[in-house]
Amino acid sequence: MTHEIVHRPYPRGRNRNSPRTRAVAIEGRCGEGRRVQALMAAFCAFLVFLFLMFANAAHADEASVRAIISKFADAEGFSQVEKVIDELAATGDPLAVRTLNALNDGKLQVKRGGTVYIEENGKFLDPITGEPVDGADTSGLDKVKIKNSLRRTISAALSGMTLMAKDPAIRSQAASTIFDSSDASQLEALEKALAAETVPSIREQMEEAKASIQLFNSNDPAEVSTALGTIKARGNRAALALLSKYAASADGELKEQADAAISSVEETLSMWEAGQNVWYGISLGSVLFLAAIGLAITFGVMGVINMAHGEMVMLGAYTTFVVQELIRTSAPGLFEYSLLIALPMAFLVAGGVGLLMERSIIRFLYGRPLETLLATWGVSLILQQAVRTIFGPTNREVGNPDWMSGAFTLGEMSLTWNRVWIVCFSLAMFVALQFVLKKTYFGLQMRAVTQNRRMASSMAIRTPWVDAMTFALGSGIAGLAGVALSQIDNVSPNLGQSYIIDSFMVVVFGGVGNLWGTLIGAFTLGIANKFLEPYAGAVLGKILVLVFIILFIQRRPRGLFAQKGRAVEA
Amino acid sequence: MFTKAKSSMAAFATLLAVSSASVPANAEDTIKVGILHSLSGTMAISETTLKDAMLMLIDEQNKKGGLLGKQLEAVVVDPASDWPLFAEKARELISADQVSAVFGCWTSVSRKSVLPVFKELNSLLFYPVQYEGEESERNVFYTGAAPNQQAIPAVDYLMNEEGVERWVLAGTDYVYPRTTNKILEAYLKAKGVAEEDIMINYTPFGHSDWQTIVSDIKAFGSAGKKTAVVSTINGDANVPFYKELGNQGIKAEDIPVVAFSVGEEELAGLDTGPLVGHLAAWNYFQSADTEANAEFIKTWKAYIGDEKRVTNDPMEAHYIGFNMWVKAVEKAGTTDPDAVIDAIVGVSVPNLTGGYSAMMPNHHITKPVLIGEIQADGQFETVWETSGLVVGDAWSDYLPDSKDLISDWRKPMNCGNFNTASGKCLGSTPAN
Repeated sequence: MTHEIVHRPYPRGRNRNSPRTRAVAIEGRCGEGRRVQALMAAFCAFLVFLFLMFANAAHADEASVRAIISKFADAEGFSQVEKVIDELAATGDPLAVRTLNALNDGKLQVKRGGTVYIEENGKFLDPITGEPVDGADTSGLDKVKIKNSLRRTISAALSGMTLMAKDPAIRSQAASTIFDSSDASQLEALEKALAAETVPSIREQMEEAKASIQLFNSNDPAEVSTALGTIKARGNRAALALLSKYAASADGELKEQADAAISSVEETLSMWEAGQNVWYGISLGSVLFLAAIGLAITFGVMGVINMAHGEMVMLGAYTTFVVQELIRTSAPGLFEYSLLIALPMAFLVAGGVGLLMERSIIRFLYGRPLETLLATWGVSLILQQAVRTIFGPTNREVGNPDWMSGAFTLGEMSLTWNRVWIVCFSLAMFVALQFVLKKTYFGLQMRAVTQNRRMASSMAIRTPWVDAMTFALGSGIAGLAGVALSQIDNVSPNLGQSYIIDSFMVVVFGGVGNLWGTLIGAFTLGIANKFLEPYAGAVLGKILVLVFIILFIQRRPRGLFAQKGRAVEA
Repeated sequence: MFTKAKSSMAAFATLLAVSSASVPANAEDTIKVGILHSLSGTMAISETTLKDAMLMLIDEQNKKGGLLGKQLEAVVVDPASDWPLFAEKARELISADQVSAVFGCWTSVSRKSVLPVFKELNSLLFYPVQYEGEESERNVFYTGAAPNQQAIPAVDYLMNEEGVERWVLAGTDYVYPRTTNKILEAYLKAKGVAEEDIMINYTPFGHSDWQTIVSDIKAFGSAGKKTAVVSTINGDANVPFYKELGNQGIKAEDIPVVAFSVGEEELAGLDTGPLVGHLAAWNYFQSADTEANAEFIKTWKAYIGDEKRVTNDPMEAHYIGFNMWVKAVEKAGTTDPDAVIDAIVGVSVPNLTGGYSAMMPNHHITKPVLIGEIQADGQFETVWETSGLVVGDAWSDYLPDSKDLISDWRKPMNCGNFNTASGKCLGSTPAN
C-alpha cells in the first residue's frame, strides 16, 4: 500500500518570517512614478521569496523526518521501535507515510548505523521518495520486526497523516481509525481536515470521529451529549463498542442517554442480524446443494448408493489445485481466471472417473444396494489413499482470485464475496441441470430409462449407455462442486468425507429423484441450521437438524417432493 | 508435481521395505523402535509427517553408529486414525515385533486407548503432542506441552502485552479443548475476569461453515473492551475458520486469535496474507534462529526431498524425545524398559531453540514457551518468549480436582498422582 499525498500542511517557515512585511517595506522605498513597476518587482521578489521559503521548509522537514527514520536502524526491541514511530507521528508529516506503510507490511530493511531501505520485489528503495537507490548496500540488512501493538501504533500515526490524502478511500480509512481509537492527539489534524474535506460522506465520517474524541475527552456535558447523538446515528458495531465503553465509566444523565443510545443501536443491529442469519442460511444451503446435486443424479435418479460421491468432489478440488499450480508456474497472468479454467477440467476428470467406475464396477451391481454400498465405499477409500500418495497427506493451498476474496457491506450485514459467488454458481448449476434434464434429448432418454427401464429399452434406447452417461454426469457435477468448495474448505484427501453425510441427508430429505426437492431441501436445512446455531451452538444445532430429519422421514418416507406414479412402486 | 509424486512414492516404497524388513529374522543384532502414527484416515494429515521425522532421526542415529553398538530398526505400523486399532497395533509392536520403545499417537483419545497396553506389557511410549494434562503414567513420556507450557503463558501474554479483557475460548468438541478451556476459564476467573467477559464455543470436528461463529465473535468484540480469541480448534477446521476471519475483515490488531493447534504444517495449506499478526503459542518455531535448528531443517528437507516442506513443534518434540531415549539407553546400558524409566529422569538434551530440555520426575519435560505472529510467508515470528524454561505440570493448579496432586516416578514415591493434602497415592489414573 503506497499512496500519493498532494496536500502538504503549511510549512512551518512561512509563519516564522512573513514575506508580506518585506514586500511592504520594498513598496515604501519606491517613488510615486515607478509605483507599478516597483509593485511588479515586489511581487516577483515575493514569489521568489515564497518559492525559496517553500523549498527550504520542505528540505528542512525532509531532513528531520529522514533523521528520525534513520533511528529505526539502531532501535533495539519493540519498545524502541515504538518510540521512533511516536516521534514520526509527532511530526505529523506525510513524508513519513511511505516508511510507516512499509514498516506495517514488514518491508522496512535496516542496518546498524542509520541505513534504512524499503524492500519491494527485490529492489531497495529510498524510505521517503520511494525511488530505487543506486548501489544500495544490501549486505547485512535486517527486517524491522513489528507486532500487533506496534501495528496499532502505526495505524494511529498514519491516520493523522493521511486525513488529507488524495485518495478518498484512504481519508475514509483514516477517519474510521480515529473513530475507533478516540485518540485525542489527532483532534487538531482532524479539524484541519474537516475544514478542507469536500466529499459529504467522508465529512460525515470525520464528524463522527470528532464526536468519538469528544465523547471521551470533553468536559462539556452539552458537547458530550451531542457527540452521543452523532455516534448513535452511526448505529453500527463500532458505534456500539464506543457507546458501551463510554457507558461503563459514565454516570448521571449522560449515562442514561448512553444507555438509551445503546439499546437503540442494539435494536437496529438485531434486525440486521436476522437478515444476516438468513443470508448465512442461504449460503450454507448453497454449499449443501452443491455437495448434494451430483448425488441427486447418481442416487436420486439412478438409485445407486454412491459412497464415493464425496471423493468426486475431492477430485474436483484437486483438479483446481493442479490447474492453479500449472498457471502459477507457466502463466501467472491467468490466475484470475483459474477457476473458470478449472471448471471444465474438473467436470472431465470427475466425470471420467465416474464413467470408469460405472463401467468397471457399478453396472454389475445394479439392483443390489448393499453390494453397491460396500463396493463404492471401497472405491472411496482407494481414491482417498491414491490422492494421499500422489499429493501428500497435508492440505494443499488453493488460492482465491481477487474477485472471490474480501467482503462488502449491505447496511450492517457483511457479505463475503466467495459466498456470494458460490450462491450464484449453485443456482446457475441448478438451472443448467434442469435444462439438460428437461430440454435435451439426452435428458429425455435419461428420464425414460429411470422411469421405466424395460419400456425405454423396447424403444431402442441403449440403456447401458444411458446409465453410464448419467453416472458420469452426476460425478462430473460433483467435480464442479469441488471447484467451488475448494474456495471455502480444506483441499485435503478427507475433503469428500465431510460432505457425504450432508449430501445423503439433503437428497433423502428433499425427495429422491427430484432436483427441486434437492434445491428446497438444501436451503431449508441450511437456514434451519443457521437459525439454531446461535441458540443451540454448532454441535447441538447439527444434532437437532438430524433429529428433525429422522422425524420428518418417519412422517414422509419419500421426502419433501415425493415422486408419484407407477414407476415409483416398481 | 511429478517430483513430489515420485518422492512420496519413494517414501511409500521405503515404508514397505521397512515393514517387510521387520520380520524377526535378524532380531538379535538390531534394536527395534516402533512408530505408531496414522498414515491413513483423518489424522494422516498431521501424523504422516511425524512418521517421516522419526524415520529420519533413526536414520541419522544409525549414521552416527547406532545405539549400544547395534543398528536401530524402525517398525512402522498404520493405526489408520482408528482409536481401537491404535491399541491393537501397539500390542502388535510390543508383543510381536519386540520393539524397545514406541514413538507415536497424536490425539488424546488415541493415547488413552493405548495406555492399558503399555502398562500391561510394560513398554515405553513417547508422546510428542501438546495435550490437556491431567495425566502422568509410568510408561509414558510427554514430550509435548502441558497446558502450563502453552495455554497459560499465551493468555498471560495477551493480558499483559495486549491488554485483553474479553475472551472467546473457541475449540473443537473433544477432550483436549474441553479440558484446556476448563483450565483457562478457572485461570481467567482467578485473574478477575468476569463471567460475562468469557464466551466459550465448541464446534464439531471438521466444521467448515464458520460464518455465524465469526460474526458472533465480531459482535462479542464490540463491547468496548479489547477482545481476543483463544483457539483450540483442531487441525482441519482451521483453514475455513481463518479464511472466514480474513474475509470478514477481522484483523489481528483488532481481535487477535491465538491458536494452540496451528503450526507451520497447518498454514502450508493457506494464503496467510490476511492472517498476518494472528498468534500461535508453541515451544518451537521453524524460524528459531539457532544452529541446531538450521541443521535440523537442512537434514529434514534433504531427507524428504522437498524444499518446501516445513518443520513444526511436534517434530521437535520427537527430536527431543528420541535423543532422550538414546541417552537414557546409553546411561542404563540396556533397552530394558524398567532400567530406561529409572535412567531417563534427569536426562537433558539440546532442544532446537538454543537451550536444553530435561526429563522431569513427572515424565514431562522442560521447555521454553514462544509466542509467534503469523507472517505473510507462512512462518511465525517470535514476539515474546519465557525468560527461562518452563517445567511441564501434569496436574493443573487451577482445577479443584487436581490442584493437590503431584507426580514423581522416582523411588520411593513412584506415583503419578500423589495427593499432597491427604498424603496418599491415588493409584491408577482417574478417567477425565
